[in-house]
Amino acid sequence: MADSYGIRIEGVRKRYGEGDTAVDALRHVDMQVAPGEVVGLIGPSGSGKSTLLKCLGAVIEPTAGRMILGEQVIYDDGWKIPDLRALRRDKIGFVFQAPYLIPFLDVTDNVALLPMLAGHSNAESRKRALELLQALDVGHRAKAMPSQLSGGEQQRVSIARALVNRPPVILADEPTAPLDSERALAVIRILNQMASQYETAIIVVTHDEKILPTFKRIYHIRDGKTHEEVGEGRGFD
Amino acid sequence: MISLAGRDILHGWGKFVFTGVGLGLLIGVTLTMAGVYRGMIDDAQVLIDNSGADLWVVQKDTLGPYAESSSLYEEIYRSIVIMPGVAQAVNVTYFTMQVRHGERDVRSMAVGIVPGETGQPGWPPYLVAGRQITHSHYEAVADIATGFKLGDRIKIRRNHYTVVGLTRRMVSSNGDPMVFIPLKDAQEAQFLKDNDAIVQNRRRTAENPNFNRPGVPGLLDAVIASQSGNPYVNAVLVSIKPGYTAEQVAEPIRRWKRLTVYTHAQMESILIEKLIATAAKQIGMFLVILALVSAAIVAFIIYTLTLGKIREIAVLKLIGTRNRTIAAMIMQQAIGLGLIGFAVGKIAATFWAPIFPKYVLLLPGDSLRGFVVVVVICALASVLAIRAALKVDPAEAIGG
Repeated sequence: MADSYGIRIEGVRKRYGEGDTAVDALRHVDMQVAPGEVVGLIGPSGSGKSTLLKCLGAVIEPTAGRMILGEQVIYDDGWKIPDLRALRRDKIGFVFQAPYLIPFLDVTDNVALLPMLAGHSNAESRKRALELLQALDVGHRAKAMPSQLSGGEQQRVSIARALVNRPPVILADEPTAPLDSERALAVIRILNQMASQYETAIIVVTHDEKILPTFKRIYHIRDGKTHEEVGEGRGFD
Repeated sequence: MISLAGRDILHGWGKFVFTGVGLGLLIGVTLTMAGVYRGMIDDAQVLIDNSGADLWVVQKDTLGPYAESSSLYEEIYRSIVIMPGVAQAVNVTYFTMQVRHGERDVRSMAVGIVPGETGQPGWPPYLVAGRQITHSHYEAVADIATGFKLGDRIKIRRNHYTVVGLTRRMVSSNGDPMVFIPLKDAQEAQFLKDNDAIVQNRRRTAENPNFNRPGVPGLLDAVIASQSGNPYVNAVLVSIKPGYTAEQVAEPIRRWKRLTVYTHAQMESILIEKLIATAAKQIGMFLVILALVSAAIVAFIIYTLTLGKIREIAVLKLIGTRNRTIAAMIMQQAIGLGLIGFAVGKIAATFWAPIFPKYVLLLPGDSLRGFVVVVVICALASVLAIRAALKVDPAEAIGG
């Protein structure tokens, strides 16, 4: 395990509701992911995966615990940084099960939208978007609309969107679920390449057994608690 | 920053254009209603302006001759014309009727004028074809909106008239085109009884021993003649001499002749504030209802379009888009829809206004006000959709 962390959470708990109806979705979660590392997060339905992902994505606040992104403390036992929206925009990338590209923007602008939202000029944003699209081998579809892309191309565009602001961490929520084995492995290969190239910590939530052997480390979550396991770690080296 | 609203509209332009066309037709109807109201006011002003009068002398305590019936003895003009400051005083009659032309009839206002010099008050101020009335009987000058042509034979009550001249924009306050005929014919037509009634009246008079005295020859004929004639007119139109104000001339007529006299401004006030007030209120109500319907349509469409983009909005929020950016996107779409609608509505109103039976006056100022109202309504109508969008939880973009 690396000494520095892209993301680190310690003793995170999340409780929904109060009193007799309270539900503890996360009981005690510890997790560390180094820059450039890709880890898997697996668990059965109802184990708390989605809640953990939402906490990691700064969409919901943990009830207790600590979360540190790079050197920046995000949550600390009820305290949180004031602007979670800007944090999500600048520090966290998202890749979803379905690509969820904005249907009325072309491929370039789907990717360039994030730097634009961060205040970069349109030209600069599009330049960055095109570089990433080239790197992900979808540069030739830069002017296409999302509906004109194949599933694999759409997923690569969504990876480009997640990477475009150079976030220290990317959360990938079942990114290979709709893909066949070949394309699923291709997506994981890309995530690994991008993690290495951009020093990004990537957490891949998955049920997909065919990609599990690619992770060097896997976190199991069950009943709201995480257990770390060393994976086969074949990776793509 | 790119325009999210603009891109969305371009992406789904068919949906926006077709919705905008539907909305535009509604806006076109709204603009036309406003145009009908303006047309009514313009008709009233044209009626006053084209009469050529500075003063209207009418029966005491009436709002005649346009808003109420007014009856003056025809010889009264002789005593008015010698009043200080009076340049001309002429009798005139007005009555609305169906003027027959062949197999059809046309709703018109028949105006009785004194044949004489061109430019007298009450005369049509200009002709587009033909000549003015020169004979004392059976000639007519008609507004071209009647559809009559030079040489046409038209029937008013029992008599036939030849159309010798055509004029334009000579209408009543209801928008009915005017037909000018000689005053004597108009007086007769206004109070003409049917033949049976005349015969019955003569018989009753002849049987009355007070009128039919053997010792007073000619009495019966004189009485019958006085009963069959109509020595009344509706108003005396007065033009004043230079150097006099309307009020200076009107006041002595009111005082000494015990008549009611209206100036140009007073007559305009009667027509606009009294005669067309109810119609104006009705049109106002229509405008309010149409505005509400338009607002409801825009609100419903934008709300539906927004609900169809909930997932995209959740993704936008998750990746850090500000609420105000999302709100601006929805509001811009609503306003964009309004702009399409306004353009379609303005074009539609411009094209269909000339074929409306009533005069539709589309003023640039009304269009500008309509444009502002459309933009405001669309902005307000987007509030519901914006509320729905702002309630979207970015967590919805994440599964589970």
